[in-house]
Amino acid sequence: MSSHSRAEIAVALLLALGACSPQRPPDAQPAQPAAAAASAPDGAVIVSALNPGMTHSVYTVDPRAKPYYDNPAAVTEGKRLFGQYNCSGCHSNGGGGMAPALMDNEWIYGDRLEQIHQTLVEGRPNGMPAWGNKIPDAQLWELAAYVRSMSLPQTLAAQTGGTPSQTPAPVPASIEQDAGWSPVPVITHDYTASP
Amino acid sequence: MIPPGKWVRTLLWGLGVVTPLAAAQSVPPAVPATEIFSAAQIGHALSPPTPTVGRTEPSTANAPLDDGQWTMPSKNYASTRFSSLTEITAQNVAHLAPEFQFSLGVNKGQEAAPIVADNVLYVVTAYPNYVYALDLTQPGAPLKWKFAPTPLPASQGVACCDVVNRGGTVDQGKFIFNTLDGQTIALDVKTGKPIWRTRLGNINIGETLTMAPLVAAGKVFVGNSGGELGVRGWLAALNEDNGELIWRAYNTGPDADVKIGTDFHPFYADDKGTNLGVSSWPAGAWKIGGGNVWGWVTYDPELDALYYGSGNPGPWNADQRPGDNKWTTGIFARDPATGNARWYYQMNPHDEHDYDGVNEQILLDMPFGGTMHKVLVHMDRNGYVYVIDRHTGQVLSADPYGPVNSSKGVDLASGRLIVNPDKETKVGREVHDICPTASGAKDWNPSSFSPDTGLIYIPHENMCMDWTNVQVSYIVGTPYVGASVHMKPGPGGNRGELTAWDPVNRRAAWVVKENFPIWSGTVVTAGNVVFYGTLDGWFKAVDARSGAALWKYKVDSGIVGQPISFRGPDGHQHIAVLTGVGGWSGAVVSGPVDPRDGSAALGMVNVMSDLPHYTTAGGTLYVFALPR
Repeated sequence: MSSHSRAEIAVALLLALGACSPQRPPDAQPAQPAAAAASAPDGAVIVSALNPGMTHSVYTVDPRAKPYYDNPAAVTEGKRLFGQYNCSGCHSNGGGGMAPALMDNEWIYGDRLEQIHQTLVEGRPNGMPAWGNKIPDAQLWELAAYVRSMSLPQTLAAQTGGTPSQTPAPVPASIEQDAGWSPVPVITHDYTASP
Repeated sequence: MIPPGKWVRTLLWGLGVVTPLAAAQSVPPAVPATEIFSAAQIGHALSPPTPTVGRTEPSTANAPLDDGQWTMPSKNYASTRFSSLTEITAQNVAHLAPEFQFSLGVNKGQEAAPIVADNVLYVVTAYPNYVYALDLTQPGAPLKWKFAPTPLPASQGVACCDVVNRGGTVDQGKFIFNTLDGQTIALDVKTGKPIWRTRLGNINIGETLTMAPLVAAGKVFVGNSGGELGVRGWLAALNEDNGELIWRAYNTGPDADVKIGTDFHPFYADDKGTNLGVSSWPAGAWKIGGGNVWGWVTYDPELDALYYGSGNPGPWNADQRPGDNKWTTGIFARDPATGNARWYYQMNPHDEHDYDGVNEQILLDMPFGGTMHKVLVHMDRNGYVYVIDRHTGQVLSADPYGPVNSSKGVDLASGRLIVNPDKETKVGREVHDICPTASGAKDWNPSSFSPDTGLIYIPHENMCMDWTNVQVSYIVGTPYVGASVHMKPGPGGNRGELTAWDPVNRRAAWVVKENFPIWSGTVVTAGNVVFYGTLDGWFKAVDARSGAALWKYKVDSGIVGQPISFRGPDGHQHIAVLTGVGGWSGAVVSGPVDPRDGSAALGMVNVMSDLPHYTTAGGTLYVFALPR
């Protein structure tokens, strides 16, 4: 099954599950397909997996992210910028220090390129500076791609010695199916949507 | 419709979360002993030892008769951290047992000393810097009050090496401490309410406060942190009564800012001249040059002087700052009333290895060269024990106490460190096996001194590093480091040591080896017991005369705090310490760090990647006593 068709199934299922959920409050919106969520007012990006009333977490899609998938140049440039802007001063080569590690699979504000980009633009309250309007937006997207690449199995596999993330793998388009909290664990049984 | 469980299984390709623990790098091999210089090769003194001239001890002005309390982290102005209590002895300490614990509610590196005054025990935690007051007169020491200063959460993002706090002090009915986001606060010890609250640091330029303020001579002395973010270092004096700023002296820049004037009489020629804090830097670099005061400030009532060490110059990449980089990595003596500098001695001119000068100074009267001298003893990050005349700033002796190859001794004629050209750091070249490592042969965690044994109990490291300079641009509020560092164990592979140092005879009396670098302070008692804690969570007692292991107790988390000894309202001796692994060395456990990146936490992770196998984050006050 191609990743494209898997994405379609996911979107369709979110719709279907939302529609038939008995726990859904009467006035809550059903889970939105990706395309609809992208047109959220004010260009807001969902950075929380807690979406009240929904059967599964939903996410927003920003078409601006598209060019940064399957793009080796983007992650290479992102790596250069990561050093130039001192991101490495706090996040090291992905292992963190003053700031959280980026090579692990913990994504407090989401792992989608939209979400990482949003974190770079807005900053975060526990010590992440806000870089919106300080770093050109295209560079923020390249940084987001490099950050996403750090925890990819392909990037980790390329590590030799004690310095990871030096050979960043391009972010595969299949990642776009992430709901933001990747890798999603393999759930053996899921009863959350049972009628 | 496809059942939800099915689509989850079909759709997802994730393999689950693999904890970094399982994938940790192995600890690198130890640096061979042949890489290190011997004490005979690089230790120097102006004259041979004359131990029979007199007893080595602090003056009574600097270390008054012990009242059984512990009101400041250093115990007394002499900073001996010596308790004259004798109930717990080398003979009976094996029976020592925990009396009570108190959870701090914060699982970050707890570097503070518990403080005991008027039968109340005070603790300040790592960020968010809670202050607890516990009533020792009641069973179980119930909470008398708690104060939450609510520092700005964003301050965590500009704290170099964990969000630590090194303690507070009780004086004149106040508990005085700093917050990570740049405040100095005086609380009423009766109510826990602020009497005054002064903001000194600005997190938007990367400035934080982590040190324990020194309270002396009616003033509160506070210095800033931020040496890894291009923050210009300073020491400030506040009015103890109301928190108003009396003076602030910078450690870089023009003489007026540094408070260098007619009172300034440095001993060595290298420190004489006008505006050296400007001219020993590339144009303007002093403004972002570090030299912070995040360690220990000492007051000397006898000579009415302050002594403190300045931190590393920024950035770490020394190629970007040719010159001696005054007045970083040196010790200042100042007039506490005016802040005016009296003398200065630079341990590491043009520091190339992050050897901050902030470690403690122990003030002693000591025989040297046939007469008694008023000295300060300073265990520097660069690996040498410096014995310095407090009147003049002259170095009387400088001997290695840890692994050293980054220098070949101190030239006692010029005072200048003899840098080893083989271990100088350069852009584009990885220099291997530099000893000591960036965190030093010893970091901030303080030593203790017993007048009964004449020995200094130095808790320290045995670690080295590989270092590559990297060109770095200054972006305000972000790290300004410019070095890729990978640390490794020193000769023998044991990363830590407790050394009992004889300052008169310039040699170690005994050494206890530890697997991990020792990041806790030590306390020594008149019962001839030395207490210290380890990163893997053991609180230990050894014999002050022999170093023999006497007792140990496994606590909930690694120890990076400062143990104390006090007499409780029950009339008995107690030992207290905070647990809670963290700080630079322990961030691999308590911090947001992935051990697969050896360069993480400024290269510390490379040598500490196994620590998560030994301990987890925590934060608890432990109080011990003999069973009754």
